[in-house]
Amino acid sequence: MKVDSILNGFVIDHIPAGLGMRLYDLLGLEKLNVTVALIKNVYSKKTGKKDIIKIDADIELNLDVIGYIAKDATVNVIKNGVIIEKKTLSLPEKMVNVIKCKNPRCITTTEQELDHVFTLADSEHGIYRCLYCEAEA
Amino acid sequence: MRSVIDILDLSKTEIDELIAVAEDIIKNPAKYSEKCRGKKLATLFFEPSTRTRLSFESAMYELGGNVIGFSSAQTSSASKGESVADTAKVISCYADIIAMRHPKEGAPYVASKNASIPVINAGDGGHNHPTQTLADLLTIKREKGTLNGYTIGFCGDLKFGRTVHSLISALSRYENINVVLISPDELKLPDYIKKGVLDKNGMPYTETTDLESVIPTLDVLYMTRVQGERFFSEEEYLRLRDSYILTPEKLENAKSDLAILHPLPRVNEISVKIDNDKRACYFKQVLNGKYMRMALILKLLKEAGSI
Repeated sequence: MKVDSILNGFVIDHIPAGLGMRLYDLLGLEKLNVTVALIKNVYSKKTGKKDIIKIDADIELNLDVIGYIAKDATVNVIKNGVIIEKKTLSLPEKMVNVIKCKNPRCITTTEQELDHVFTLADSEHGIYRCLYCEAEA
Repeated sequence: MRSVIDILDLSKTEIDELIAVAEDIIKNPAKYSEKCRGKKLATLFFEPSTRTRLSFESAMYELGGNVIGFSSAQTSSASKGESVADTAKVISCYADIIAMRHPKEGAPYVASKNASIPVINAGDGGHNHPTQTLADLLTIKREKGTLNGYTIGFCGDLKFGRTVHSLISALSRYENINVVLISPDELKLPDYIKKGVLDKNGMPYTETTDLESVIPTLDVLYMTRVQGERFFSEEEYLRLRDSYILTPEKLENAKSDLAILHPLPRVNEISVKIDNDKRACYFKQVLNGKYMRMALILKLLKEAGSI
């Protein structure tokens, strides 16, 4: 399979296999009118399989979302076809409007104008809790 | 503006101070009878709760203050679709402090972020109920003389029981407390509380399904209701239900100074035959709740500069 190299943009590499599509959705990439490639189940020496996302545009990338979904991924920043920076990720302390609270008793289910806010409750296990009802994400 | 949404919004020192004030109110009620003269408590109860609402109202009246409010969502603007945020802003124009109960978890937090007066969470769904925990703490303090150094058993629904979770969190700041968790397997204390509170704070605990075998070891027994709707099968519920009903027979081997607590309402999990036993503290607990609410209202109004 051949996917063109990108000139200016990002390569999100080492996404655990199977999580690429979720990351694509949460980053809102379907709304972009630029070249985006989601490559699934790529051979990886380290993990066997991985997903990769390539974005051929210099967009504002929400690193918190990537850190939440795939904290071990790497984000390569490409300028004029050259990697100029490798961003490392960590679990974000707080996420606003990235995911929605699934607790049917949460106030966010009835008050639509509220932001959906999750805070990192357990960094060791990557557990996030809703700011309002404390339900686990 | 300082509000109390979760019991952990109060430091251990603050809780100890509230207990000291509550004990002083008990000794010298006249000293406090005019403290909130001219002040108004708004009781915003979006779902019915007789005890908690009346406890807050009587607390404010005994401080010399007044009460406004509503006791169900149908009689509030929520029935017209008003948001919690707007309600909090509007009520801030009328009252000096809010006590809010709401079926949606997190609603009092939203109110506190929008009100310009203190908000006390009077219960939000199955989430928090900090003033119940304050009532529990004062009851333990008055019955045992201390909040340190005893064995406390939690019995019944430890999975969904918010009062159990809050009390365990509050007790985690005190010393030498042994916890005995007594419940059917279906209703065991969630792992995130075992790991996040008990283990994290080095509180020793044991788990059992058998109340009778551990009752002789307990200094405090915190009973909760095992609700039928939590079980998949009616048969299983009926089989287990009676194991967690406290009867005079089960108390035969208990310590003579055991303190039996229950957040109420009781259905059948404590036999009425125990009500006259000197170890039954659940009605004293109701009274203690009023004193702690008085102490909390005073504290928050003072911090807000209202009194």
